[in-house]
Amino acid sequence: MISRRDFLQVGMAASAMVGASGFGNWARLAAQQTLTQDQLLEFETFGNVSLIHVTDIHAQMKPIYFREPEINLGVGANKGQVPHVTGAEFKARYGIEDGSPSAYALTYNDFTALGREYGKVGGLDRVATVVKAIRAARPDALLLDGGDTWHGSYTCYRTEGQDMVNVMNALKPDAMTFHWEFTLGSDRVRELVEGLPFAALGQNIFDAEWDEPADSFESYKMYESGGVQIAVIGQAFPYMPIANPGWMFPEYSFGIRDERMQEMVDEARGAGAELVVCLSHNGFDVDKKMAERVTGIDVILSGHTHDALPEPVLIGETIIIASGSNGKFVSRVDLDVRDGRMMGFRHKLIPIFSDVIEPDAEMTALIDEQRAPYEAELSEVIGTTDVELYRRGNFNGSWDDLICDALLSEREADIAMSPGVRWGPSLLPGDDITREDIWNVTSMSYGKAYRTEMTGEFIHTILEDVADNLFNPDPYYQQGGDMVRIGGMGYRIDITKPQGSRITDMTLLKTGEGIDPAKTYQVAGWASVNEGTEGPQIWDVVESHVRKQGTVTLDANASVEVVQG
Amino acid sequence: MKLTRRDALAMGLGATAVAMLPMRAFAAIEDSIAEFTGGAAVGEGDITLDAPEIAENGNTVPVSVAAPGAAAIRVYAAGNPTPGVATFNFGPAAGSQSASTRIRLAGTQDVIAVAQMEDGSFIQTAKTVKVTIGGCGG
Repeated sequence: MISRRDFLQVGMAASAMVGASGFGNWARLAAQQTLTQDQLLEFETFGNVSLIHVTDIHAQMKPIYFREPEINLGVGANKGQVPHVTGAEFKARYGIEDGSPSAYALTYNDFTALGREYGKVGGLDRVATVVKAIRAARPDALLLDGGDTWHGSYTCYRTEGQDMVNVMNALKPDAMTFHWEFTLGSDRVRELVEGLPFAALGQNIFDAEWDEPADSFESYKMYESGGVQIAVIGQAFPYMPIANPGWMFPEYSFGIRDERMQEMVDEARGAGAELVVCLSHNGFDVDKKMAERVTGIDVILSGHTHDALPEPVLIGETIIIASGSNGKFVSRVDLDVRDGRMMGFRHKLIPIFSDVIEPDAEMTALIDEQRAPYEAELSEVIGTTDVELYRRGNFNGSWDDLICDALLSEREADIAMSPGVRWGPSLLPGDDITREDIWNVTSMSYGKAYRTEMTGEFIHTILEDVADNLFNPDPYYQQGGDMVRIGGMGYRIDITKPQGSRITDMTLLKTGEGIDPAKTYQVAGWASVNEGTEGPQIWDVVESHVRKQGTVTLDANASVEVVQG
Repeated sequence: MKLTRRDALAMGLGATAVAMLPMRAFAAIEDSIAEFTGGAAVGEGDITLDAPEIAENGNTVPVSVAAPGAAAIRVYAAGNPTPGVATFNFGPAAGSQSASTRIRLAGTQDVIAVAQMEDGSFIQTAKTVKVTIGGCGG
């Protein structure tokens, strides 16, 4: 008798094969100028159920560049484990050739050169084409959106998420979960959620006052697809009121709540679910730990940490799928579910090469309709860049360096702080910097740029606190984003140390002197989670700085020394 | 422009997040538990403590405790100046030996629940609750 585990491993091999058949050939195909939509979409339909996963789109409706991280460190049991593998090591692990389309899609190396060769990625009109193609093969495929959808662009800010709701509704998702959506404020979130023609899920979205599940969200929903009863359980981002301004949605409480996740799995199984899918915004390492602690989840569709993995990660009998961000990828997962059990799967992470995949004309028109009222503001050229501008990575990206420079100079500060968010597309050297580009890396509902005095000791406390939220060895104690980006100050971080002793050698760059714990420094920053923060909006600060620069140049940032142990 | 410290702290320090570093169980907590147990050994057993891994607000952290067969459960915040937080006594007619409350935590620390069982023995469990400055949500 073949156990379920054996079947899973067979499925894993099949999945790897599918990945390889697409990925391995592309370099040669591209060299022959024959990379086609059919090859990107090639997939031998398998089993009886198909899931389509998109996540962390961050309101990117049009094609963009997106550079994957160079530094993405795992700690504790996750050290050296995917997704904490980048660059050459990533390529070696998955058998990806240098210069191939998958090298461009999945790693940071030679980003500018490959970006010029392969072009932009994403675009929801291209995503629509892919979704339609999958539905042509499997009409009742479930489309599941992992959230961070109604945030991240000029038009999304101006319409308070309406542009993305309009466009996503046209894609006809079956369910969605949430994170940055709540920064629209709870009234607006409820207004949008109540109008959704699909399920708004989050088993961990609670009423803060009564400590019970919130009314506007369902914990899970049952679907019938391919004759299979499927439960999709939602898991919103657990640490919203901590990582984002809780005062904007004071009625809600979140948390991981994995005991309740187990109850929901058991309840759904009891109600006849043959397949249990978790649509999660936990982040990858939290999903891995949750898969170890909660039994009976077949598939976790993972979001939040923006990882793109060409193969699922298997934890016990749960497969975890990571589908990237910013509209750059769509995951297709085909499953064979029989006798109430998942017997095997086939998976493909489909990169949305915007020059290869034909845009869906109706969707293009709908996107352009959302943008039309703002086109003049969006397209205004503020400057140009001589360097790659990107953000993703544990420490400063070049976009962050530019933003910190803007804060230091426009706000006349000694030290600048910029939040370690993971969103924000990239630009290539020579590209114009438009207003839209600046908003793509700064847009948020709490973007005011403050200026204040802090002692050296307090700056140290902040860095230690944020570092523990990233490098605590237990993923359940990791609260949010990447490390806070610092301008004007260098430091050394030993990620293996406990909180309080990771950060040393803090140095004020303009004088080369060590930071004095007792001395007061002028600090400028943005994205404070405190109510009543005052200052100009960060996008105006950056725009003013870029205008003065004309052409942006940046020196390589060597101000953070990282010790990995 | 005049910014108060509370308004402007980068990454949003809550006004009450005084101590960010993990607090160890000091003598106060040991004394406090000993006062409850009378110095008896405290084992492990069927006792659960439900608290968030990271507090959304250190001023009001929801905790739930349950220990079937307990006569009383005490909850301690090991790092607070006064560790003893709550005592729940269960009479013979109690439908279940469980309770929920909200507690204030001065900083990252262990929350400890100790149950006195009907036979007079003691069992305990603990969970670290982190109190953080917050911000930077990816």
